[in-house]
Amino acid sequence: MAPPPPQSNRSPSPSQPSGKSEVSDLKLQLRQLAGSRAPGTDDSKRDLFKKVISNMTIGIDVSSLFGEMVMCSATSDIVLKKMCYLYVGNYAKVNPDLALLTINFLQRDCKDQDPMIRGLALRSLCSLRVANLVEYLVGPLGSGLKDNNSYVRTVAVIGVLKLYHISATTCIDADFPETLKHLMLNDQDTQVVANCLSALQEIWTLESTTSEEAARERENLHSKPYVYYFLNRIKEFSEWAQCLVMELVAKYIPSDNSEIFDIMNLLEDRLQHANGAVVLATTKVFLHLTLSMADVHQQVYERIKAPLLTQVSSGSPEQSYAILSHLHLLVMRAPYIFSSDYKHFYCQYNEPSYVKKLKLEMLTAVANESNTYEIVTELCEYAANVDIPIARESIRAVGKIALQQYDVNAIVDRLLQFLEMEKDYVTSEALVLVKDLLRKYPQWSQDCIAVVGNISSNNVQEPKAKAALIWMLGEYSQDMHDAPYVLESLVENWDEEHSAEVRLHLLTAVMKCFFKRPPETQKALGAALAAGLADFHQDVHDRALFYYRLLQYNVSVAESVVNPPKQAVSVFADTQSSEVKDRIFDEFNSLSVVYQKPSYMFTDKEHRGTLEFSDELGNLSINAETGDSVVPAQRVEENDKDLLLSTTEKDDVRDPGSNGSAYNAPSYNGSVPSATSQPLADLAFSSTGATGQAPAPGLAIDDLLGLDFSVGTATTPSPPPLTLNPKAVLDPGTFQQKWRQLPISLSEEYSLSPLGIASLVTPNALLRHMQSHSIQCIASGGQSPNFKFFFFAQKAEEASIYLVECIINTSSAKSQIKIKADDQSSSQAFSTLFQSALSKFGLP
Amino acid sequence: MISQFFVLSQRGDNIVFRDYRGEVQKGSPETFFRKVKFWKEDADGDAPPVFNVDGVNYFHVKVAGLLFVATTRINVSPSLVLELLQRTARVIKDYLGVLNEDSFRKNFVLVYELLDEVIDFGYAQTTSTEVLKSYVFNEPIVIESALPLGPASIFMQGTKRMPGTAITKSVVANEPGGRKREEIFVDVIEKISVTFNSSGFILTSEIDGTIQMKSYLTGNPEIRLALNEDLSIGTSDYRGSGAVILDDCNFHESVHLDSFDIDRTLSLVPPDGEFPVMNYRITQAFKPPFRINALIEETGPLKAEVTIKVRAEFNSSINANTVLVQMPLPTFTARVNFELEPGAVGHTTDFKEANKRLEWGLKKVVGGSEHTLRAKLTFSQELHGNIMKEAGPLSMTFTIPMYNSSRLQVKYLQIAKKSKAHNPYRWVRYVTQANSYVARL
Repeated sequence: MAPPPPQSNRSPSPSQPSGKSEVSDLKLQLRQLAGSRAPGTDDSKRDLFKKVISNMTIGIDVSSLFGEMVMCSATSDIVLKKMCYLYVGNYAKVNPDLALLTINFLQRDCKDQDPMIRGLALRSLCSLRVANLVEYLVGPLGSGLKDNNSYVRTVAVIGVLKLYHISATTCIDADFPETLKHLMLNDQDTQVVANCLSALQEIWTLESTTSEEAARERENLHSKPYVYYFLNRIKEFSEWAQCLVMELVAKYIPSDNSEIFDIMNLLEDRLQHANGAVVLATTKVFLHLTLSMADVHQQVYERIKAPLLTQVSSGSPEQSYAILSHLHLLVMRAPYIFSSDYKHFYCQYNEPSYVKKLKLEMLTAVANESNTYEIVTELCEYAANVDIPIARESIRAVGKIALQQYDVNAIVDRLLQFLEMEKDYVTSEALVLVKDLLRKYPQWSQDCIAVVGNISSNNVQEPKAKAALIWMLGEYSQDMHDAPYVLESLVENWDEEHSAEVRLHLLTAVMKCFFKRPPETQKALGAALAAGLADFHQDVHDRALFYYRLLQYNVSVAESVVNPPKQAVSVFADTQSSEVKDRIFDEFNSLSVVYQKPSYMFTDKEHRGTLEFSDELGNLSINAETGDSVVPAQRVEENDKDLLLSTTEKDDVRDPGSNGSAYNAPSYNGSVPSATSQPLADLAFSSTGATGQAPAPGLAIDDLLGLDFSVGTATTPSPPPLTLNPKAVLDPGTFQQKWRQLPISLSEEYSLSPLGIASLVTPNALLRHMQSHSIQCIASGGQSPNFKFFFFAQKAEEASIYLVECIINTSSAKSQIKIKADDQSSSQAFSTLFQSALSKFGLP
Repeated sequence: MISQFFVLSQRGDNIVFRDYRGEVQKGSPETFFRKVKFWKEDADGDAPPVFNVDGVNYFHVKVAGLLFVATTRINVSPSLVLELLQRTARVIKDYLGVLNEDSFRKNFVLVYELLDEVIDFGYAQTTSTEVLKSYVFNEPIVIESALPLGPASIFMQGTKRMPGTAITKSVVANEPGGRKREEIFVDVIEKISVTFNSSGFILTSEIDGTIQMKSYLTGNPEIRLALNEDLSIGTSDYRGSGAVILDDCNFHESVHLDSFDIDRTLSLVPPDGEFPVMNYRITQAFKPPFRINALIEETGPLKAEVTIKVRAEFNSSINANTVLVQMPLPTFTARVNFELEPGAVGHTTDFKEANKRLEWGLKKVVGGSEHTLRAKLTFSQELHGNIMKEAGPLSMTFTIPMYNSSRLQVKYLQIAKKSKAHNPYRWVRYVTQANSYVARL
């Protein structure tokens, strides 16, 4: 017998025995007992077996005792038998020859009178995982599946699956899948049925790569007869099996709406189950069945809200986290439905930070006009939190809310108060936010600059915050008296600045400042360019060289490159594409939701499980990465981007303002109707007197700032020369597919006229109206005050399609619009057209 | 489905390890434990219950100081696996009576036996203590525990008429003397969360309640459990003013709700072991058991004074136990001098230097009483900002036996089997605990 291999995973506890001497000791004792028939032998055996298993558990290799253990196994004591089975199952794989010794007594036990023994023996027999023993499995499995005791049958069904994993051909040749299918549809015992379903799903999924028949069988599981068969017995199943069945139902495609309602009525009481897994599985069924019915889908959100919130607060912290992750996903998809539940997302001081992070994101998402004040007040409490990472996240959340709201007054004040709190991390986070805020709302520059000007750059250490401060110094140098001097002192300390990002920003800021205040900055610019050219960092060096040559070539060109007319950023780039988000939604009730990544980003292909979805898009991307079993995350993301590019027809023309980097490429781009032709500098000057001065209409940003000047029908812009096909046609399937594929190109909010609101008694009224403007409705629903519509339109002379999601809240007289377009460059024009049509609604 | 199941001690020792599918490497417990241990240092905070290392997903729940872990490579439902881990722990506790490292080590063969029946090849088979009884043959070696863990422990103080070991006995072990005691426990456990703003107004409040049952009745008789008749569920189901309004609730699968809508009666045949009959959630305003007042004022260039007042707003026949008040102090706090009210008994005060936290423990608080603590702080550096932003919020933990905030009540507990002369013991107990009880400055 070979000596035991060296142990890599020895017990970490020093109190455990070293193993070797004890193992040989055990061996000796087992030998003595093997042949003994003296009374009390079983008790001594029990003690010895326990020692062996204890050693096995802590990682000591006791496989050398295999022979002795088998010799001792001839016993009628069931406790002894179980321990022996456990041991054999653990070591048979490394001792295939000796495992043969056990076959005999296991096979004999498979025919025992006691069904318990039969089941146990069969389970152990199938757990040996030794390929050359499979021939001995087929017989006992066959009779096990026909056993009149349900316990033996449940064991046998799983045994078939085990056999399949040891030797697929043996399993298929014995025609076991067919037997399982028969059992699944006829057995009285629901656990047998559930195990058949698990086993067949696994077997057919693996077989389907080579066998078309298996693929067909697997698809058939989602067909009406099967789904109805399982649904009719749903309450007999154990809670775990119910989850299994509901996963299957979620993939079922009902033929009509009444079927959908029947299924939902049948399953509704499952939402009151104490088991969170059952509730989530039910939720998935409801969500997926109603995808094509916008109004019902929304009602589903309303229905599942309370049960999910109860699950979050009643379970263990771990279970609560799993549910909260799913709630997070739903909140992100439909924040308006949860906007009155914001208090549930307040953080409790004793919650772990992974829970707090989720809650902060949810609070950010549900913030709207009516609850922003309270949410921001709550978030400001967290900013002083002892838990610094959470305090930072809270400040960021305040900033995000400011960026998504139009009424930013109060929030800007709070942010500025952060700057006065004199806590390093608070100041840093707030600076970054103020910078982002100014990029979106340049009209706030006066207030912000006054406060930012008081911050000494010496007190700001974090690179991100420092870069933000420097950006503001450059951008608003004409308003900040000592900007050139602050920049100059920063340039003097060039060598002490370790962050390349900061040095890059410094170069650009000095350039900007130079064009605004040349005499004061000239010296600093010279020093900065010299330092930049000598910089060891490639990017810094290149940028310095670029600026230097630009200045050499033509100073006025240089100015137009460095200080171009700027357009305020309307929407900051989303971190996750909507395609990825939809894919995560498809994989609801799986790890994808917790990790916030689709499964292909964290699992190997063969482990994607039964959740793998089958629509074209999914296959496309999965195929793109085959070849490598482990794909580095970076590459997968690239693939994902490629995919996105290929699905959008013309992606090259993008709103330059939506560029996420702190440096905007100069926007000479003529494709966007740039109405703010006046340089930003002028704008900032002129706004000194009257902040209310409106930029010329015609831009999305104007609408976002709509509250600052008169709103309503008065600001209706004249329609641009975009004409729509009055007889556009699109089937719902194509609409859904396109909606998934395309990124959101515009997301806006309009105000509705009081007349329009008054006319919106039923969704139909608006449909007819929009139709008269060549905008067709494909789905609508909701009840007062919330209505939801999906519209589409087509260009008059091209096939190019626009898709619109429009949510109207009649109590606030606001509509939220999301536009997706084949041709993104014209989505702005289309948006204007859409708004114009919407604003005429209700007018005589 | 899961690939492996294991239980680790707090030090990371393997107590049981079961490999169901052989798809994940054997060294996974070490990988897992290293990750959990260093999570705090690498990132921040505790490791989340689910994470992925090299394609392996690790799920864990903490029960009684032990880590119950499952691994898989498949993209499974996290909720299902976490629930399964929790339920496996509960089944094991039902058998062992007490769940701790010692009882585990003494009974690991029994635990393996259970694990084999609960999960087969990674698929959940049954988590019913009742069903498992017929497959499990090892007798538990019962550990005598001075301090039982889990929800049972909260009843140990104050309720003298309760036999101390009652809820910690195994469902299969016999009492000394060989006779089983017929009894059933119904516990109404409410965890309350309240946030007060600086002027003492309630900003948010919530009650998360559970009606927990543990039955040791033989012959599985049917049980009827009647709750307040004026109980409303959701705002649409309004039953008059002064009613108890639940936002939502859910039930154990054994519960029949046939007459629930009419007279608020639950009927069920309780399975063996411990299980929640009903979970509920209330956001309706309720009277908080404690009022807290906290004040911090600067009294000199390097000095400040904190005053904390706690007032028990419940009946004087009721006592709160193990009350602990905590408050983070400004970062530059160097020394704290405490001043308790004269005659204070059973109070402890402490300044935790490491995280600059004030701690005030009160062993027992009698209903209606008020207690004050003054603390004089000395700073090592001058404060710049607003001192109110540097300290707090104040948080409080407590347990109040025989008190419930929601006024939800078990009106009666009826056991169907009446033929025998003996009457089983019925215990209906209430307890309120602080979940997050916070006062801002």
